[in-house]
This record gives sequence, C-alpha cells and structure tokens, in this order.
Amino acid sequence: MPVFDLTATPLREFNQALHDVKSGANDTAFEVVNPRGHHSVAVGIDAPVVVDVRGSVGYYCAGMNDGGTVTVHGSAGPGVAENMMSGTVVIEGDASQYAGATGRGGLLVIKGNAASRCGISMKGIDIVVHGSIGHMSAFMAQSGNLVVLGDAGEALGDSLYEARLFVRGSVKSLGADCIEKEMRPEHIEVLSGLLEKAGVTDVKPEEFKRYGSARKLYTFNIDNADAY
Amino acid sequence: MCGIVGLFLKDKSLEPQLGALLSDMLITMTDRGPDSAGIAIYGGTRDGLAKITVQSADPDQDFAGLQEKLKEASGGEATVEIKSTHAVISLPAARVDAVREALATVAPNLRVMGAGESVEIYKEVGLPKEVVERFGVRSMSGSHGIGHTRMATESAVTTLGAHPFSTGADQCLVHNGSLSNHNNLRRTLRKKGMRFETENDSEVAAAYLTAEMNTGKDLGEALEGALDDLDGFFTFVVGTKSGFGVVRDPIACKPAVMAETDQYVAFGSEYRALVNLPGIETARVWEPEPATVYFWDHEKAAA
Repeated sequence: MPVFDLTATPLREFNQALHDVKSGANDTAFEVVNPRGHHSVAVGIDAPVVVDVRGSVGYYCAGMNDGGTVTVHGSAGPGVAENMMSGTVVIEGDASQYAGATGRGGLLVIKGNAASRCGISMKGIDIVVHGSIGHMSAFMAQSGNLVVLGDAGEALGDSLYEARLFVRGSVKSLGADCIEKEMRPEHIEVLSGLLEKAGVTDVKPEEFKRYGSARKLYTFNIDNADAY
Repeated sequence: MCGIVGLFLKDKSLEPQLGALLSDMLITMTDRGPDSAGIAIYGGTRDGLAKITVQSADPDQDFAGLQEKLKEASGGEATVEIKSTHAVISLPAARVDAVREALATVAPNLRVMGAGESVEIYKEVGLPKEVVERFGVRSMSGSHGIGHTRMATESAVTTLGAHPFSTGADQCLVHNGSLSNHNNLRRTLRKKGMRFETENDSEVAAAYLTAEMNTGKDLGEALEGALDDLDGFFTFVVGTKSGFGVVRDPIACKPAVMAETDQYVAFGSEYRALVNLPGIETARVWEPEPATVYFWDHEKAAA
C-alpha cells in the first residue's frame, strides 16, 4: 500500500496518484501521514479507492468524492466531503463548518461533533453525526438524510426542501418552515439502515425525532406575498 | 480572509520561545492574507517601567537624536531601541503621558503603535516572513502574544491599517471579518473621548473594548458587551497585560481553532497554524462556539 508523507511529498502528487489508479486495479489502498491540517487532501476521487489519513486535515478534505472510501483518523476543517457524489467519508474526530455541503450522494459519518451549517444545501447525501451539530445546519437542504445522535444548534433546517432530518437529542430552535414530523414505519426503516451503515449499534431509531419541511416557503403561494 | 494567531503561555519555561512559536504560527497563515502583518508581544513587566512602540515612514530622519529630544519630557530616563521602522522607547511609567505629548511636537511624523508596561507592537505592509525578520520577533520572549496577516477589505493597505490595533495601555486586538456599524460606533466612542488614527473597522472594535474596560469591566465582560454592540462578522483575539481573550460573532463564519495543554492556550484561524506547537498531538483541540467569550488571565490564574 503506497504511503504518502505530506511533509515530504507535494499534495498534488498524492491527489494525482488517486487519479492514476486504473480501472480494475487491485492495489487501491492509500495511506496519508502527516497531513498537518493540509487543505484539499484527497479531493476529486473518481474511483473506488480506499484512503486512510493519519491525522487532522484542513479545508475541503475528500471534496467531490465519487466512489472512494476516505477515513480521517483525526479532525477535519471546513467543507469536508463538500459536494460528495458517492462513496463513504468517515471522520473519527470533529468536523468544522459546512461538512457535507451540497452533497449529492454517498455517506458522510462524523464520529465527533460537527460545527455550524452541517449539510447546508445537501442534495441527496446521507450524513450521520455521532455527536452534536451547530447552528444553521441543513439550511436549504433539498434531499438526503441528516442523522444526529446528539443535539442540534439554532435554526435547524431553515428554508428546508425535502431532506429528512433525524435528531436524537434536543434542538435549540427550528429554522423557518422546518417542523417536527411524525415518525412512520418507513422512516424507522430508513433510519435503521443509516445507523447500521454508520456503525451505530447501541442506539435505537425510535429514540429520534424527525424534522422536515412544512412546504409553505418553497412552493410560493400568492396569499403569502405579504410575508416575503 | 485574514489569518490570526494567538498564544498564551501557562508554562514559564516556554517564555523564551514565544517569539519563535508565534512567528511560525503567523507565517503558516501567510496565504490567508498577504497585504500586511503585525505581531504584539507581551514581554513581561519591570517595576515602574513602561514602553512606547513608535513607527516611522522615514526612520533615519525621525529616530535620529530621539532620545535626546525626549530628555526633558522623560526626565532624562528614556532609552530608545531602534528596530527597522519601529522604535521602542523605555521609560518610567509615570512619564508616559508627558512623553507621548512631547512626541507630537518633537517628532510629529512618528506614529504610536502601542504603549504600556508590557506590550510591544510591530506591524508593517508586507508578508509575515518579512515582517517577523525585520523586527527580530523570533528572538523575543514573553508571556503571551497575538499576530495577524491581513487581506484588506474595509480600509487601505497601510502600516496604520495593519493589525494589531492598540487603543489603550497594554491592550491590543486582531480581527478577522468586517464590521458594519463601525462608523456609528466610532462617532459614539469619539464623544466618550476615544481617539482614532484610521478609518479602519477593527480599530473601532479595539477602541470599544478599551472604552468598556475603562468603566471597570475586565476583558471577559468587555467581550460580552461586544457581542451586543458590534454588528458584522468577527473573530477577535485580544490581549491585555495579563489576559487573553477570544470571541466570535453569532454567525461564526470566520474560522477559528483553539488548542489547550498544561503549557499553553493557542488560537489559529486554521489548525495548520498550530501543528508545530509542543504537545499538539495530545492537546485538547476545539472550535470556539459562536457568541461565546473565552478568556484567560495570568493574574486571575495566580490569585
């Protein structure tokens, strides 16, 4: 397995190596040591490679991931897994602002806490946070699932479209047009599947509450013109 | 953008390394702002002595004979140490006001960067690496310090527009962000007797905290007030003679990472700034919460 030491090897060389993996190749595992908060580690993956990053990373780690499996054995800076298309990104520590922003697919697991704007404008990604999330999370989230085992900060799901939000702990406040919704069997089923995929074994889906859009804001209604 | 760093030492054995540690932290943040850079070092106090840091656009001219020119106002007890475009005037604390007044007459082109018992402030247009080298920051020792590398938004790229801003004795502030109510607030603070050197928004934040602390509040209380009275984006790192504070606005889109060990408390705009600190691998590393004041004080810790 190739090991890239980012104190010795330029980042571009590592990111290029991820692109040079030929279709059908067996040797697809990579290790990164000494990331030391570097930006853009393992961005633009477009093959089913496996990357283990030993340490903490800066901005945009695993951005645009399409099919790779990236594990950060440390914490991640702003914009981790931004615009993920498919694959899996696991953060063993905490994640900074806008984790999983605009993601279209794949699974992002954060084992610590996530800061503000987690899942902002998500469009199909699944995000599971073992800890808590900060304010303005899932702002304008369009589709996908955000699962939070801890608490959510202020203005959860503001201007929400059709993403589903599951929170086990408290929610400091709900954003505009975000409401609590009934947990039906189909939601329990979706949630169980996500918890299993994220390696959560000691928590039952029944412990969560579901939040979603009241659908009063994004389907413009002329009767509400005064409110805008 | 802008990059800000801060380091508050708890372990006295690290004090000789303060300048070097802080220099490396700031240089790592260079790509967050290449316009100007500055650093404030709290180098410890000596009984009854104070320091005034001054800056000149023409140091050969302005610093020549400065010690002599200040003889009367300082009672002959001022010494001048020239460091490139800056000079540190050491003098008895009781003479600070008289010397500052005299400076306006005998050396009207000098700009006062800061004054106090402990702080020295160095800032110039240019990259952190150049600024740190120019002033020999690496060899400085001290108990705490803050630094800034600027990407200008709200006022001109000049030495005076560089951070840190100091508006009170031993106080200084660095800012990442932009304030939207600084003009109004500057007017209000002028009425309270605060003086301003620039049209910069961050200077208003510094003066606000000075004015609040003048009413008897400690740094922590003044920072709580800032959350109510300042409008805009900010992550501030602030130093006083013995204290070190951090606060972010409620939206908190300007980045911030902190680390604490038994030896120090450190702040960086990014984790990258912290990776060379001793024991960072086992430090408690966290992102400061929005609208939450963090505040450490050497004197309060000792009490």
